[in-house]
Amino acid sequence: MTTASNKTGFFGRYGGQFVPETLMKAVKELEAAYAEAKADPEFQEELETYLKEYVGREQPLTFAKRLTEEFGGPDIYLKREDLNHTGAHKINNALGQVLLAKRMGKEKIVAETGAGQHGVATATVCALFGLECIVYMGEEDIRRQQLNVFRMELLGAEVRGVKAGSATLKDAVNEALRHWVANVEDTHYLIGSALGPHPFPEMVRDFQRVIGDETKRQAEAKTGRLPDAVIACVGGGSNAIGMFYPFVEDEGVELIGVEAAGSGIDSGKHAATLTGGKLGVLHGAFMKVLQTDDGQIQEAHSISAGLDYPGIGPEHAYLHEIGRVKYTAVTDDEALDAVKKLSRLEGIIPALESAHAIAEAEKQAKKMDKGSVLVVCLSGRGDKDMETIRSHVEVE
Amino acid sequence: MGYLQERIERQNPAFVAYIMAGDGGLDSLEERVQVLEEAGVTAIELGIPFSDPVADGPVIQDAGVRALQEGVTLRDVFAAVRGFEQKPEVPLVIMTYLNPVLQYGAEAFAESCREAGIAGVIVPDLPFEHQDLVKPALSEAGVPLVQLVTLTTTEERLDAILAEAEGFVYAVTVKGVTGGRKSFSEDVAEFLARIRSKSDAPVLAGFGISSAEQAAALAPSCDGFIVGSAIVQAFYEGREDDIRELVQGVVGLTVNKG
Repeated sequence: MTTASNKTGFFGRYGGQFVPETLMKAVKELEAAYAEAKADPEFQEELETYLKEYVGREQPLTFAKRLTEEFGGPDIYLKREDLNHTGAHKINNALGQVLLAKRMGKEKIVAETGAGQHGVATATVCALFGLECIVYMGEEDIRRQQLNVFRMELLGAEVRGVKAGSATLKDAVNEALRHWVANVEDTHYLIGSALGPHPFPEMVRDFQRVIGDETKRQAEAKTGRLPDAVIACVGGGSNAIGMFYPFVEDEGVELIGVEAAGSGIDSGKHAATLTGGKLGVLHGAFMKVLQTDDGQIQEAHSISAGLDYPGIGPEHAYLHEIGRVKYTAVTDDEALDAVKKLSRLEGIIPALESAHAIAEAEKQAKKMDKGSVLVVCLSGRGDKDMETIRSHVEVE
Repeated sequence: MGYLQERIERQNPAFVAYIMAGDGGLDSLEERVQVLEEAGVTAIELGIPFSDPVADGPVIQDAGVRALQEGVTLRDVFAAVRGFEQKPEVPLVIMTYLNPVLQYGAEAFAESCREAGIAGVIVPDLPFEHQDLVKPALSEAGVPLVQLVTLTTTEERLDAILAEAEGFVYAVTVKGVTGGRKSFSEDVAEFLARIRSKSDAPVLAGFGISSAEQAAALAPSCDGFIVGSAIVQAFYEGREDDIRELVQGVVGLTVNKG
């Protein structure tokens, strides 16, 4: 496979800017505006203030005592992104990007959403700053996440259903990109994961790294050292990259990303891009993509709408390739089992996405010594998934 | 100067028709090419179906879905073109998104283009900065890579792109995806004229054009037109007379290029 020689916005072989010519000016303007904002202490201060006063940061690193006893290995700590305003890590990025959009003079926001968490986070920050908000969402996801659709509408956003393709996240990204092409002058595309053309993957990572930065400080304060391992779920990969990035140079910390194995890798119905995917270009960047030999993008499958994406952010593809992060996959059934366990043992109902990380933690715990430290990123709470969970889990 | 550019310069205004290869089955491809050739088009773009066509509007998206349901691949399209019983005289141009080309392999793709007599290639999601992924192999095979410029292309970028233009320049007349529009913004004629004044290669206007009236308004500012969605939909609905009328209406325009 050919690799690009122009290295702007690449992580190894992955990344770049592969968008229709109409968008090239916009991605370059965004690149420049973000570089400027990143270096501006006033922007950083404004972001920090909102994260504290509005999102409710910093979030605790909770010692999960009963889960630790149940798994019988390392001390397990949960990074509580579920306690954020709107219920997941998504708002960290939505807030950062909306502040940037305001700074760039954009009055309208378009976004895509899978589970609806990013859509809700985007609708929320748009309400906060009085910006017009349109959210594209696959019809299949609208069906699975009715309550989040209502939330977005209540917050004043317009939710537009997407029927094309598998009618899930990938198709919503296509439609949001088309909308951006047609409205590029006054609209910012607020992408929800560490995906898309440069500078999105880097920018989303920077807005999410607050997760890892806090975790690192908190782990040192609570345990006197860095964790032995850190686990996060990966769809596009924004909570995971935000958690991992501050630890990448700390070689003693094992980093584990968990993809969705859906009904099982062998069933072909999964979203485990790094296991089943190949190098390709989707949504503006080189990444690992589930695709046919002819380069048609395949549909991903997962019980969790937020992991139901056939690609993976370029930085994850790179971290996988250089072996710095290990990627595993967890099935729908394992995730549902983890939902039940965490609910019963800790009184925390996790989002289906985050439940994948909990399920992987149980597997890792078996290989780890007592007294070692395992951090799990609890990226969101399960309120949005009640209908799905209820239809699969029996409560005795 | 290549065959594609030569043909386009010979007909003014030029008419490039886009069809989705495999819509209606690959068996109908040769017949549709003949219909277009007999209608008087200057060149034909063969669209390769792709699962995620972000530059396309609903008409071409739907046609792509139909072609994919037929199982049509890039490889099949090359085979079909090589197998045409009557080799078309008008140049055939492949329009494809980048990923199918990357999976095929750029060198193999260029070689297949050459074998099938393809006169040009358009890749809407391959920006100028990254054309070295595909262009060297195409140049080696003698196949031009057509460049797109848009209303948002900056002046500096425009100059760089036009300096490398070959075949023709694809000037996108709308901020948006493919598909008919009722009207164009006021700056479109000026945009086309500006590109034309700077470009050695002929400048064709595309995206949003669906009638001879629209073409007449822009004809003084460009060298011809690319029409996609209107043709795709007419084939789908079996309205071949409408296609003939549209092509004749455009190529029959008398243009005063001041």
